[in-house]
Amino acid sequence: MTNDADVLQIDNLQTSFFIDGSEIKAVDGVSLNIPKGKTVGIVGESGSGKSITSMSVMRLIRNPGRIKGGSIHFNGEDLLQKTEKNMQNIRGNKISMIFQEPMTSLNPVYTVGQQISEVLQIHQNLSKKEALSKSVEMLELVGIPSPNDRVKQYPHELSGGMRQRVMIAIALACNPELLIADEPTTALDVTIQAQILELMNGLRKELGMSVILITHDLGVVAETCDYVAVMYAGQIVEYADVHTLFNNPKHPYTVGLMQSLPRHDMDQEELNVIEGNVPKPGEMPEGCRFAPRCPFASDICTRELPDLMETEDGNQVRCWVYSEKWDGDPEVNVKDDYKTARSQ
Amino acid sequence: MFVFTIRRILQTIPVLFGVSILVFLMMHLVPGDPAQVIAGEAASPQTIEQIRERLGLNDPLPMQYLNFIMNALQGDLGTSIRSGQPVSEEVFSRFWVTMELAFYSMILSAFIGLIAGIISAVRHYTIIDVVVMIIALFGLSMPNFWLGLMLMQFFSINLEILPVSGWGTPEQIILPVIALGTAGAAIIARMTRSSMLEVIGQDYIRTARAKGVKERFVIYKHALKNAMIPVVTVIGLEFGTLLTGAVLTETVFSINGLGRFVVESIRARDFPAVQGSVLVIALVFILVNLIVDLSYRFLNKRIDLN
Ligand SMILES: Nc1ncnc2c1ncn2[C@@H]1O[C@H](COP(=O)(O)OP(=O)(O)OP(=O)(O)O)[C@@H](O)[C@H]1O
Ligand code: SF4
Ligand SMILES: [Mg+2]
Repeated sequence: MTNDADVLQIDNLQTSFFIDGSEIKAVDGVSLNIPKGKTVGIVGESGSGKSITSMSVMRLIRNPGRIKGGSIHFNGEDLLQKTEKNMQNIRGNKISMIFQEPMTSLNPVYTVGQQISEVLQIHQNLSKKEALSKSVEMLELVGIPSPNDRVKQYPHELSGGMRQRVMIAIALACNPELLIADEPTTALDVTIQAQILELMNGLRKELGMSVILITHDLGVVAETCDYVAVMYAGQIVEYADVHTLFNNPKHPYTVGLMQSLPRHDMDQEELNVIEGNVPKPGEMPEGCRFAPRCPFASDICTRELPDLMETEDGNQVRCWVYSEKWDGDPEVNVKDDYKTARSQ
Repeated sequence: MFVFTIRRILQTIPVLFGVSILVFLMMHLVPGDPAQVIAGEAASPQTIEQIRERLGLNDPLPMQYLNFIMNALQGDLGTSIRSGQPVSEEVFSRFWVTMELAFYSMILSAFIGLIAGIISAVRHYTIIDVVVMIIALFGLSMPNFWLGLMLMQFFSINLEILPVSGWGTPEQIILPVIALGTAGAAIIARMTRSSMLEVIGQDYIRTARAKGVKERFVIYKHALKNAMIPVVTVIGLEFGTLLTGAVLTETVFSINGLGRFVVESIRARDFPAVQGSVLVIALVFILVNLIVDLSYRFLNKRIDLN
């Protein structure tokens, strides 16, 4: 399974929350490789386990949650076998993370400068003074005007977009090999979103790091990612490079997501949202987890959970349609038939 | 901040005014003739008239108030009926004893309360948290005079290692301070715990961990500083509660402080003495509240989210 070209190899990751004696399988057997210098997008509806996957990579899952099984190899070493102390040396240094909530992710009682300096003092043994001047450089790098004044300010003095830039500055201060950006722009307005994404993209090329970009937004994926993993109910249901995925989506869920994309050449009213909801953790369907919402679901779908399988176009897809066991319409073409199947 | 400070200080003026009126009226709110009450049932009309004259009770009420307030502003709180000494001297000599008692008790409650609260929060979901919180509940529900009596029984009478009463030597200080400070420690522990738990769940704590900050520093550097903001207020307000509690503690341990003085003066119907001490205690209360408000505002100004 090891491959020199991948910085990160997640294999059969299982992370659960144990609440009142019952187990919530937030991440259930996720396998995903992140090639060096590439951006891999993870998309999926709310609650599909995107954040928990990334928090597991950082080993930041806390009680009542627990990583139950699998492995996460970073540069060939399994992060799940590392001591907490070793992980502290990796976090913020080799692997960094940016969060969904720019407004609340900075500590209100420390200045921007102190918060960027901290990570440099921990990982690069810089003195306070050196760290502070490097912090100013970082602020400049992420495009914050008058960085010399901004370092002395507290988070509440900055706008949401500025705070997210500061978060990026913190994340990139130690030149990480892998950046995990968990919906870095969701909470920001559209123009700021574009700026932040552009900034991240530019810095990725400049610094040569790999990026995991978590988002709800397929438009963002199309613009910034090399590969895409689509998650549904704690599992990856489709994985492909970005062109294959957009040209030849295979999984009914992926097709559904794409058809719910607002398109400029269409009336807003035609926007199709996938009907139904993500299954609740306690009420997982026995077979395919998407079956209750899937317009193509047939007998086998409600009985057995499909594995990820490779298609001739190179997608990996978790769907019975692409298997020899498929017992529905043999002529079915998910992409073309989705709309008609849905309206029936 | 400057404007806020000035405004907050000006706000104390009407409060001071109200307090002075209440204190002044204390003597007149007692049913019957104050002079008669002071003199007792069996006093002759001449004695009563004398007292009347001495306290200026024959003047119209507003006049009496004006005299009272003008004198008080000059540090003259009248003459104690019991001792014949100026009330200001009597109060002043006892004032520091009470302040010391309250101050040491506050240090003790803050110290124990903070440590217990932090431990409890960090060990949330463990037996340690449960045990600390049960102890805190005990501490909270024990009246300080009862705790004082128990401590006295055990350490002074049974073990004979600490003195029964008095104030001044380190040995004399220990028991009263424990008796008075325990409830405060329990309150501060509970407050610290809930405040810490809330802060530990915040996004910026997750950020700190994601930066590779050691768990110890996540708690002491990132969480505690934020969690302290509401706790400081509670510690400050606790000081007021301690002053009230001192009345009982001083009585139990025969400490010659302001609290016991008030109790004795009430018993002796020494109105000027009661008025003088209540006025001083009220002033301290108002001052402490002012400081608490200002420091809360100061600590909180960086968090102001608008
Ligand atoms: N602290 C927790 N306690 C219990 N269950 C949790 C907890 N955090 C997450 N989960 C479970 O894990 C599932 C996946 O959560 P996760 O945060 O990874 O979703 P997500 O894909 O990031 O969604 P979003 O797009 O809303 O951020 C949730 O549906 C929830 O059931
Ligand atoms: S396995 Fe069946 S239910 Fe699941 S996505 Fe494929 S067709 Fe739909
Ligand atoms: Mg999320």
